[in-house]
Formats: sequence, structure tokens, C-alpha cells
Amino acid sequence: MTARPHQVPLRRGPPAIRETPAELYERLVLGRYIIRRLLQAIPVLLGATLLIYAVVFALPGDPIASMYGEKRMDPDIIRIVREQYHLNDPFIVQYWHYISGVFQGDLGTTFAKVPVSEIIAGKFQVTLNLGLTALLMEAVIGVGLGFYAALRRGRAQDTMVLAATLLLISIPTLVTGFVLQLLLGVRLRQGTGIEIFPISGVSDGWRSYLLPAFVLAGTSIAYLTRLTRTSLAETLRADYIRTAVAKGMPRRRVVGRHALRNALIPLVTYLGADLGTLMGGAVITETIFNLPGIGQELFRSVYERQQPVVVGIVTLLVLVYILANLIVDLLYAVLDPRIRYE
Amino acid sequence: MPPLPAWGAPESEPLLAVEDLHVEFVTRQGTVKAVNGVGYALHPGETLAVLGESGSGKSVTAQAIMGILDTPPARVPKGRIRFRGTDLLGLSEDARSQVRGSRIAMIFQDALSALNPVFTVGSQIAEMFRVHRGMSRRDAERRAVELMDRVRIPGARQRLHDYPHQFSGGMRQRIMIAMAIALDPEVLIADEPTTALDVTVQAQIMELLAELKRESDMGLILITHDLGVVADVADKIVVMYGGRVVENAPVHDLYRAPAHPYTRGLLDSIPRIDRKGRELHAIAGMPPNLLDMPPGCAFAPRCPYRQDDCVTAAPPLHRIGSTRGSACHYWREVLDGSHG
Ligand SMILES: Nc1ncnc2c1ncn2[C@@H]1O[C@H](COP(=O)(O)OP(=O)(O)O)[C@@H](O)[C@H]1O
Ligand code: SF4
Ligand SMILES: [Mg+2]
Repeated sequence: MTARPHQVPLRRGPPAIRETPAELYERLVLGRYIIRRLLQAIPVLLGATLLIYAVVFALPGDPIASMYGEKRMDPDIIRIVREQYHLNDPFIVQYWHYISGVFQGDLGTTFAKVPVSEIIAGKFQVTLNLGLTALLMEAVIGVGLGFYAALRRGRAQDTMVLAATLLLISIPTLVTGFVLQLLLGVRLRQGTGIEIFPISGVSDGWRSYLLPAFVLAGTSIAYLTRLTRTSLAETLRADYIRTAVAKGMPRRRVVGRHALRNALIPLVTYLGADLGTLMGGAVITETIFNLPGIGQELFRSVYERQQPVVVGIVTLLVLVYILANLIVDLLYAVLDPRIRYE
Repeated sequence: MPPLPAWGAPESEPLLAVEDLHVEFVTRQGTVKAVNGVGYALHPGETLAVLGESGSGKSVTAQAIMGILDTPPARVPKGRIRFRGTDLLGLSEDARSQVRGSRIAMIFQDALSALNPVFTVGSQIAEMFRVHRGMSRRDAERRAVELMDRVRIPGARQRLHDYPHQFSGGMRQRIMIAMAIALDPEVLIADEPTTALDVTVQAQIMELLAELKRESDMGLILITHDLGVVADVADKIVVMYGGRVVENAPVHDLYRAPAHPYTRGLLDSIPRIDRKGRELHAIAGMPPNLLDMPPGCAFAPRCPYRQDDCVTAAPPLHRIGSTRGSACHYWREVLDGSHG
């Protein structure tokens, strides 16, 4: 038998029908995957909010009493208010009232009748801006530095990057925060007269977030740099990289195409999980840089026993977390075809 | 295809000649002397089997030919690899990559790990045409389909956009082969191409390789540690031990009468129909420590023919007739014993 390469007719239609059956199938599978992941997010949201609700519910002290301070109150009024807020119902019924509201986009009102969403909205935006800016910085600097180090493994530049990350990891965020605030903000302004990095408040638009975001992302940048370095170095040792070299591919292509896609996979997971960490850390960073974010509001609400606000904030954070995880999963499926067909 | 600058290479010149090749790895434990003066030659249209147990330097030699050794830790202190007369080791990295993949190609043992998991097999094959020949995506894909047909992948057109993990082991190895033969290389190195496969699939892959070879003038270097695989396909055999060639011979001569105790041991270890039921006789003892090679014959600790002088003087590759060689002081006794 001789195998002669015979012509296989290729579809030569207009570019619009370029999708092959295999590609169509793949798209459908991906669509189903997205829907499945969205459905899986619902129990997570329920579980997390239930937990928070229970914790806040169990906080000592009577919210109504704390609302009226030291004043003596008419027992009738207390009864009416308690009824209005379902405070006499069993815990699970209260939770049911709350969560059905959430699914209708209503986060409830405070005991002073202010909608929780109104209190949170602007502040949440500040925190989200801070978190996302930090995440972006982390991704760009971490992946960039990690690649730089991995491609120069064992050389002076690699050692320097490693030393820098160690330093960043070992210094607490509070210290980097205050030091950078002093050096970049105060000193630089005294020297040059211009405020390159605003150090307080959000009055300078996106530039206000630069320094706080860097401080917030500091430790994460260091970890991501190290993870990237390891991931790329490991990928470069893979058999398929050797194959690419043996195929005569130029180094640019070997690293930028064959290694890159594979090395990114673990990084995406890390970055996604880190958004949660960053949002948590934002609470502290906001205090240093006096940003009117959700952190300050959370402290106040816990102190004042504003249960609906506390639960509302946490619900939003959980939502961000779930969303981040969903995006990670989708990116994951895009980067790694093996995931799509599980 | 632009020819390499050939320094008046005569017609009889081999296609590829490895000469006195040394490769070592600098590691924390010391210098691993993986290849210690290997030499073999391949002519157009020929199939050369490289045989030897795991760790004997077969793959490292192949990687040196391809120029895909990691340097460091690897270094090549000595030797030449002449391809159509030109020493590849003396070429610039640029000139070398002109040869790699297009004129000398290689397939690996484990196709699952050797194929990139995140790209379609079509794009991995088409890449050869796109990068080396500057073809458009559509043309390259059409060529990829042709190749997949040629290596007998059913429904090639439909499977172009599938990923490696969606194929069976045998089909994956066919993809590897398609990639390797894409640009009609003059030399194909197959490093244990069937070791990871089922026995029936092994035979199919070997048949495919033999078939592809019949259609062209390509030289094939078939690396294996399985003597049973090579009998039908190979013209010549090179047996390696401890990073050296211990015996070379035309395949049938070697099967009929090995001239080195190690080859003998290998032949005794293959199960044959006429020896059914007999215990598989593996060669007793450990492979040599490449970190600290003994001064004499590397096989001495395991050799039933060993004499006192074996441990002091390393045997050179003695010529036996015009076509064979054996790196054993007592090759005559071994050869006679084989006949008896
Ligand atoms: N990257 C490496 N670093 C250190 N030692 C290596 C490396 N690659 C191969 N070796 C050593 O070289 C020797 C020969 O390996 P190899 O050529 O792969 O053997 P085989 O004949 O099984 O293909 C082995 O003992 C192995 O330990
Ligand atoms: S040289 Fe000596 S030890 Fe080595 S193979 Fe021959 S007989 Fe055995
Ligand atoms: Mg090997």
C-alpha cells in the first residue's frame, strides 16, 4: 500500500462560514459550561450569606436599643419596630426575607429607613476601584517581572528580582504604606512642588488610587512574581517545549506562544483568588490613605449594629468573589482545552 | 531547499556522521559523562537502529544531533556531527535552526507530553509550513490535512481542530510523525516512538514508519531498547552502553552472531517463539555510574567474559571485517561462542 497525499476539498465559501463543525461543537460545549458554572454559583452565594447572616444575628446587643441610645423607649414602639423588621421571627424566616430581597436586587434598609444600597453604592465603588487597580498592577508587574526573571534564571537580574520579592513579602503592608506615603507623597511634593502620587482621599480621580493600590498589591505582586517565574521555568522544561525547539521554531515563538499559554494557566487561578484577598486588604489600605471606601463603613456598621449594612457589604463582597471565580473558570477553559470537556 | 555549504563532499559521504561525540552534564553531584566518544553513520534511505538499555546515552546523542540539548547543564567538549559534510556543531545558531525540523526532524517517545496540550493538532502541524515556509494559514492547514491523511488519521479534515488529549496514543504518535515529516526531512530520528504504546499499536506505528521510508530517500535513526522491534525494519544496528558504541553491525549479522558480551546478553533477553515459557533473562548487575566511569571496560562488572586486563584497559572499537565493529578485547571468543 502506498499512501499518496490526496487533495482534500476545503470549504471555499465566504469568510462568514469559516466555522467548522468541530468549532461549532466547541462553542456549544463552552456555552453549556458557562451555564453550569453560573448555576453552581447559586448555592455558594446562599451558603455564604446564610453564614454571615447567622454570625451577625448572633452579635450581642439589641440593634433597636442601640439605635435609640440611652433613651428609655415605649415598649409598644419597640414591638412595632421589631415586627417591621421581622426581628421576632425565627432566624431562618428572617434570612428568607432578606435573601429573597437580594435576589430582587434589594439589599434592605437600615433601621433608620435608609436603603442599604444607597449607603454602600459609592463606597463600594471606591473599594472596587482600589481592588481592581491593585489586581491590574499585580498582573502586569508580577507577570512581567516573573517572565523577566525566568528567562534570566541564575543570572544577576534573576537574583535581584528574587531579593526584591523577598523584601516585599517580609515587610508588612502597614509599613510600606506609611513609608511610600511619606517618600513618594510628602517628600516628592516638597522637592518638586507637584503631587505625583496623591496620598489621601479620592479627589484626584484615578491617580488617587495609584499609591494605595500599589501598597495593597505589594505582597501579592511579590508572590505572583515568584509564581510566574516558577511556572514559566517549569513550562520551559516541558516535553512540548523541546518539541517546539526540535521543530525549528524561533525562540521568540517558543517562549511567546508555546510556553506562554501554558505558563499562564496557574497564574490565572492565583489572580482570581487574589481579588478576594485584595478586597479584604483594601479595608486596611483605605484607612492608611483615608479613602472613603467600604472598609470604613463596615467598621462603623459593626460598631452600630447595623445588621442590614454589614450583611449587605459582605453579600456584595461574596458576589465579587463568586464573579471573580467564575471569570477565572472561564479564562481557564479558554486557556486550557482539557478543562472544557470534563 | 537551500543546500548546506558542502566542502566538496564526495558521493560516498554519509548523509549524517557522528564522530567521537562527547556530551557531559555539569550537575551538583558532579559531571555526568553521558556520551563518551560515540560514532555512527547514516546513509540516504538507510535505517539505523540504536539499541541499548535506559541511560546508555541514546537520547542525548540524538539531542546533540538535533541541537536541542540544554546548554548548560549540557556541554559538548569534543566531537563532530557532520550532515552532508558540514559539521553541525560548528554552525551558528541561525544556520542550525535552518536544519532543525526541516532537514533533520525528530519524534519522541511520549506523544502526549511531546504535543502542546493547549493548541489544536492542526495548528501544531500547520506551524511547520507557516514558520519554515511562510505559508498562509489556509494553505498551511490544507497541507496539515494532507499530512494527517498520509499518516492515516481517519477523518483528518474533521479532526484538524481537535486537541492532543482527544486522540488515542497511537493517533497522537501519528500526529507527531506528521509534524516531523512535514517538510520532507533528509534524516528522521525516532526516539523510542512505540515504547509508550500497546503492542498492536506499536506494530502499526512501525509499519507506518517503514512505509513512509519506502516512499522517500529519508534516512531513519530508530532509537529503541527493544531488540524485537528492530529486526524487521533496520538495516544496521548500533549498540550503546555507558555512552559508548560497543557494537555495530548489519542487522542480520548481529542477530546471527553478536560480537560483544552485552549484545549477547540483550539477545538472550528477548522472548522468542522458540523459547516460549523460558524465563526472560535480564542482564544481571547495574549500569555504570556515569559520574565516575571506570578506567577499563564499562561493562566489566557485569561481563561473563571478563579477564584481568578488562578493568585496566578500555577496549577500542575493533574492526571485524569491513562492516562490523566490537568494543571488546575478547570479541573473537564472543563471536565463536555465538556460532557454537
Ligand atoms: N539534563 C540532564 N542532566 C543531567 N543528566 C542527564 C540529563 N539528560 C540526560 N542525562 C543523563 O545522561 C544519561 C543518558 O541519558 P539518555 O541519553 O536519555 O539515555 P537513553 O539511552 O535511555 O536515551 C543518563 O544517565 C542521564 O542521567
Ligand atoms: S572487554 Fe572484557 S569486560 Fe569488556 S566486554 Fe569484553 S570481555 Fe567483557
Ligand atoms: Mg531515551
